[in-house]
Amino acid sequence: MSTKPTSLFDKVWDAHVVKSMADGPDVLFIDRHFIHEVTSPVAFLGLHTRNISVMFPERTFATADHNTPTINQHLPVADPLSANQLKALEENTARYGISHWGLNNPKNGIVHVVGPENGITLPGMTIVCGDSHTSTHGAFGCIAFGIGTSEVEMVLSSQCIMQPKPKKMRINVNGSLSKGVTSKDVILYIISKLTAAGATGYFVEYAGSVFENMSMEGRMTVCNMSIEMGARGGMVAPDETTYAYIKGREKAPTRAAWDEALAYWKTLKTDEGVVFDKEYNFDGADIEPMITYGTNPGMGIGITQTVPSAEDVDAGKASFAKSLQYMGFHEKEPMLGKTIDYVFIGSCTNGRIEDFRAFASLVKGKKKADNVTAWLVPGSHTVEKQIRDEGIYDIITEAGFELRQPGCSACLAMNDDKIPAGKYAVSTSNRNFEGRQGPGARTLLASPLVAAAAAVTGKVTDPRTLIS
Amino acid sequence: MAYDKFTVLKSTAVPLPIENVDTDQIIPARFLKATKREGFGDNLFRDWRYNSDDTPKQDFVLNNPIYSGKILVGGKNFGSGSSREHAAWAIYDYGFRCVVSSFFADIFKNNSMNIGILPVQVSDAFLEKIFQAIEADPKVELEVDLPQQTITIVPTGASESFAINGYKKHNLMNGFDDIDFLQDIKNEIGRFAESSRY
Ligand code: SF4
Repeated sequence: MSTKPTSLFDKVWDAHVVKSMADGPDVLFIDRHFIHEVTSPVAFLGLHTRNISVMFPERTFATADHNTPTINQHLPVADPLSANQLKALEENTARYGISHWGLNNPKNGIVHVVGPENGITLPGMTIVCGDSHTSTHGAFGCIAFGIGTSEVEMVLSSQCIMQPKPKKMRINVNGSLSKGVTSKDVILYIISKLTAAGATGYFVEYAGSVFENMSMEGRMTVCNMSIEMGARGGMVAPDETTYAYIKGREKAPTRAAWDEALAYWKTLKTDEGVVFDKEYNFDGADIEPMITYGTNPGMGIGITQTVPSAEDVDAGKASFAKSLQYMGFHEKEPMLGKTIDYVFIGSCTNGRIEDFRAFASLVKGKKKADNVTAWLVPGSHTVEKQIRDEGIYDIITEAGFELRQPGCSACLAMNDDKIPAGKYAVSTSNRNFEGRQGPGARTLLASPLVAAAAAVTGKVTDPRTLIS
Repeated sequence: MAYDKFTVLKSTAVPLPIENVDTDQIIPARFLKATKREGFGDNLFRDWRYNSDDTPKQDFVLNNPIYSGKILVGGKNFGSGSSREHAAWAIYDYGFRCVVSSFFADIFKNNSMNIGILPVQVSDAFLEKIFQAIEADPKVELEVDLPQQTITIVPTGASESFAINGYKKHNLMNGFDDIDFLQDIKNEIGRFAESSRY
């Protein structure tokens, strides 16, 4: 047996290679495949046209989330095109015997929230889905990434995709985080340092004490946004926190199978002495609550800082000017004190229970600002139930907020939850692209705490000034 | 889905010298509600191309009749963002067969090749040369030669070679896709699955 030190990424990747091709991609076996209503219909159509079937229906899981309303889910979906996609998902999954958590199913929710929640996501798996934030599942030590519709068709028909092996990057963040700094700030900070394309071509491993001390929810937030610096995905080695999160979940292994799985999971770490193609080191103490000012997630700054000037940015000057013009911001002006119009808490980045706990901890005893419209959208029905069970619901309603029903909502604004043109939204989602949250919408990405501070003050506010 | 074979493409090109063109710009999410792969070209760059009342924005390059062709030339980090293959469909459906940039986002690059669009990655300097050539003469032709893996600015002869893996090159030149390939090795996959942990 070889004693060559091996990275976590290589261990998982190599265990899934069905076939390697010289001067070509690897044929990679996929353990779990998630599908949703938006990127799957054309893949099913492809199967139909080619007259081929689904090879392993039990390895694919469907949920409706991208295009679903977040109010009155018990009523028929009003938009005929959305309704049609939901119906297509229902019919396609029924035809091929694929599990489907449609609207109103108690298991329904955002695909990257319900997978881990139900123990479908387990360490060492390969996981794909036609959504780029599939990288979320990397928090469990999985190789998980987003794929296109042609690849969805590949996985349905052969349980494999063909991918060249990415390069390896490790990002170490050590030290400790200050008060009011969350996992979202950590990843926004990293992306601001590496830029929106800084990890393109790489698969990232996050290591160091900051990630070791993070909850699974926090690790999911970090891995989720790996794609925003261009990475194929990101992963964290499984540890006691991971095992404790998984244990007892519906589809998690039990008894002897648990012991056997655990023994395997314990081997899933990067050996001493592995050399990465690129490695970065950051100090957790340097990170403050973050906010973005521009139109890609790399355009983030500490909340007390000012918008940079064109000379200070590496990215194209033309794009920088265009971006500020779209946002209505100017070089060198402070972000603190900017009046905002909307607050969105939700998405697969920050729609988990921990995010609502953070939001509630800050708004408790305060009132929603009159100029703010707030959309609080849990990532799943399970999260919604937790919000009620833990008394968070009472705190937020007391403060003047309403809770909506689960779904992707304003993260991509395919449903009615669109931020109007020109309005500013402090959003816990993952993308601040032009028009992402609705045509002309202006998005400021931030953590649930920064969003909460904005929601009660009506402007960009440092949450640390509100935390007792 | 079948696509036309790609060998040598000689065409004028449409310049889009903007960096970080993301998939939400290429095809905004509200146009992803279809269950068939039809008509996406109409909404390519929708919000850059049209005002909210659906009148064309005169200053956007696709609305400028002096630019046309089957090659789209974009700024650095083209196609970042979501995994929506709809972005590649929109580009193909509009009539482009090749996108040139100095840097591509991974998923977009994969999606493009899977549906028959050739992403050609050139150096920053060569990209600049192309933009300048088009600016000087919008009718300038580029030649993309897949078998030779070269891209040439025809009137000046300035040329650069580009990389592509042998398997993908073979597919594009023959109009094959990965699904055909994977169907052929299904027995092997079946045996692998039997011994897989999950
Ligand atoms: S919440 Fe946003 S990023 Fe997450 S799955 Fe939905 S659309 Fe994709």
